[in-house]
Amino acid sequence: MIKHQKPAAFYDTFERKEPEAVSTHYCPGCGHGTVHKLIAEAVDDLGIKDRVIFHSPVGCSVFAYYYFDTGNIQCSHGRAPAVATGVRRVHKDAIVISYQGDGDLAGIGTSEIIHAANRGENITVFFVNNAIYGMTGGQMAPTTLQGQKTLTTPTGRDAGRDGLPIGMAEIINAVSSPVYIERVTLSSAKGVLKTRKAVRKGLKYQVEGRGFSFIEILSPCPVNWKMTPVESRQWMSDKLEPVFPVTCFRDAGSTGNPIDSRLDVHKAIASEEIPFMNDKELITLLNGDSPIPNIEILQLEEDQLVKIAGFGGQGVLSCGTLLAKCGIAEGIHASWLPSYGPEMRGGKAYASVILSNDEIGSPVIDDPNVLLAMNGPSLDAFENDVVPGGLIVVNSSIITRKVFRDDVAVLYIPATDIAAGEDLVAAANVILLTVYLRYKRVMPIETLKKIIPVSVNRKEFVAANLRIVDKALEYYETISQL
Amino acid sequence: MSRILMKGNEAVIHGALTGGATHFFGYPITPASEIAQAAAKYFTASGRTFLQAESEIAAINMIYGASSAGARTMTATSGPGLSLMAEGLSYLAGAELPAVVVDVQRAGPGLGNIWPEQSDYNATVKGGGHGNYSNIVFAPNSAQEMCDMTRKAFSLTDTYRMTAIILSDAYIGQMMEPVDIPETVISGERKEWAVYGDAKSRGNLITSILMKPLEMSNHNEHLQHKYRQLEEDCVEYEEYGTEDADIVMTAFGICSRLCHTVTMIMRKEGYKVGFFRPKTLFPFPGKAIKRLAEMNKTLAVVELNTGMMADDVELSVHGCSEILRYNWLGGIVPTVKELAERVAADLKKSGKSRKGGNV
Ligand SMILES: Cc1ncc(C[n+]2csc(CCOP(=O)(O)OP(=O)(O)O)c2C)c(N)n1
Ligand code: SF4
Repeated sequence: MIKHQKPAAFYDTFERKEPEAVSTHYCPGCGHGTVHKLIAEAVDDLGIKDRVIFHSPVGCSVFAYYYFDTGNIQCSHGRAPAVATGVRRVHKDAIVISYQGDGDLAGIGTSEIIHAANRGENITVFFVNNAIYGMTGGQMAPTTLQGQKTLTTPTGRDAGRDGLPIGMAEIINAVSSPVYIERVTLSSAKGVLKTRKAVRKGLKYQVEGRGFSFIEILSPCPVNWKMTPVESRQWMSDKLEPVFPVTCFRDAGSTGNPIDSRLDVHKAIASEEIPFMNDKELITLLNGDSPIPNIEILQLEEDQLVKIAGFGGQGVLSCGTLLAKCGIAEGIHASWLPSYGPEMRGGKAYASVILSNDEIGSPVIDDPNVLLAMNGPSLDAFENDVVPGGLIVVNSSIITRKVFRDDVAVLYIPATDIAAGEDLVAAANVILLTVYLRYKRVMPIETLKKIIPVSVNRKEFVAANLRIVDKALEYYETISQL
Repeated sequence: MSRILMKGNEAVIHGALTGGATHFFGYPITPASEIAQAAAKYFTASGRTFLQAESEIAAINMIYGASSAGARTMTATSGPGLSLMAEGLSYLAGAELPAVVVDVQRAGPGLGNIWPEQSDYNATVKGGGHGNYSNIVFAPNSAQEMCDMTRKAFSLTDTYRMTAIILSDAYIGQMMEPVDIPETVISGERKEWAVYGDAKSRGNLITSILMKPLEMSNHNEHLQHKYRQLEEDCVEYEEYGTEDADIVMTAFGICSRLCHTVTMIMRKEGYKVGFFRPKTLFPFPGKAIKRLAEMNKTLAVVELNTGMMADDVELSVHGCSEILRYNWLGGIVPTVKELAERVAADLKKSGKSRKGGNV
């Protein structure tokens, strides 16, 4: 059936092009116009015009928004599937169409199309493959045929230099999530009819919420192929279609059920919707369930510049947060700066914690007045930085040497052994921390005991950590008697 | 209200959600990854959307889509990712789409390293991508400000239809400090220009294309006008001790923390040192800086880059006063002592009075 009237999904006149315009900007014999019309008709028939958000690419169809009387977004080159993903995640009921050329989708945008397909975004992609860059005047596309002359392959595409034409439908077919993948052609009236069906199906599946559809449409670009429209169609069936087989690669929607079991998994996961929290619920969530108790307002005798150092896994960073939280509970200012990144992998870890009565300026500690050294390398690294009169607490279970400095106070604590005695080697850090707080009388040990329950991540270890604090105090009493 | 000890990076997400953000698209990169991780936790748990994109290019374009669709949306990255987002930032500006982008700066160029630098100043304050455009740029210097500035950014970007960049650095992002969680949520409203996939918004078009030079020119004028308006309405800065100072330490981000400490210490020692910190880098507090210059203050601009903000300071003061450039690169952060010695030496050299200031 030939329709003479414009589909309702098109504007009556194309004012965005120029006032009163009725013709498109496409060249005579161009396939884009045909595809536009097929899409517009399908939109009409499905009654989804108000819901459509049409994504136009960079390429000759960049101005698709001149024509489609729908919501329109013009995207950057190749990124329409990512833009469409953003839209899809905001509006569940919108009909999201991504319309792209072969430079756009098969060249610059391969990453975005593959990953949108792989996420199974419920969108419909129309991929217009005309084997050339139309808009920029006829350069090679990834789909340009071997030997085909273009502005950038003046002697013909050379597989040895440029590789062979890329089959995007085949690539998408290697991805499990899409529901529908078909390649169609505009080379004949029959091909157009099949295209019409494919366009409809791709949109219908989206309306039904089935997932990702990919329709590759072989399409003529007579101007840049330097052929008449008639020659173009002949060339398509003679040359293009043998390289890009016209076929349906996947139709998991036709049975009403996705055929791929992995698809079921995808659907199952995707359907688990978490309700949108109201403001009150959100604020509660953000405040967490372990608020730091307010204990009292403490005045420190001096700023505590504490460096805690050891190897990864010794709880150096968490020991630092424990100390900082104690500070906050005491109403003083606290900052915590970790070592981070690759340095931490198997290597040294350290945290710098500052406690101060005043607002903290630099969080960086150049010269600590307390060093909690969990292992030998950290003592080696930081011993000389400690200010004269400062304190070094040494984990003597692991560090066999003595501190060289004679202008600092030193406590040797077999922290790892004490912790092992309580079956909690990982809590050696808490022992050094306890001893430091006790020795310098920074704050009551009670504070530490109140903070441990809100600071230790795994609640089953809270009791053991509290026991460890007592063990540390016991040990401290034995050495302070000496 | 409760105070929670958290990383600046995590605080961003608390600010975002209480600022009405609903969609986060991100790609991991040190030292910004905790932002995406916190988003994955809190956006998801609260029924908002977190999605890990396949690249920063995809992330910024997902933002382009979500923002077109009317959502309050954001991402977070560091240098290499910011470079990949340049085209997207330009498109956002061209199409006048609101968005929030957090840049936790690391050292560059190239893969560089993950220690703090402030060398994305030009790439953010001067736009970053192609064309004549600007972003709103906030420069937080604490975990609390990571939260508060992000929260504020969402309303501002909606009002001005611009991208706001939270220009942080590795230390401000990685550092933990107590943060007061805001008690209310400022949600976004329906935007009459966005596409919602409904009848009411059907005629809407999001594009950065204006084919006629005159129209493109007018659009550019419109953008520039908006940027000038921002300078009237939204400049933020903080200063301390500038009234009697001979030398004013001028810095943003992590450097402003160091300079704050140096200022306090040196004033106690009797040096006439002041402190000036832009909290917004675009709009830039050029007028306030000019005022200091006119009072004949020496401005010592302390940065972890080659002097990018110092260039803007020079432009603001027009040779009215002496500008000193203190720069560190590669992830090296000066010690407080080093900085103080430098200031003392420069004060001596300039022959300005050294001591006698009040704390
Ligand atoms: C980032 C970027 N690189 C290059 C271009 C220039 N450019 C515009 S369209 C195009 C190719 C379009 O070809 P295709 O996708 O095949 O669409 P057609 O014009 O053939 O329909 C190119 C390279 C651009 N706009 N943006
Ligand atoms: S250049 Fe080719 S693709 Fe572009 S409008 Fe003309 S015929 Fe169509």
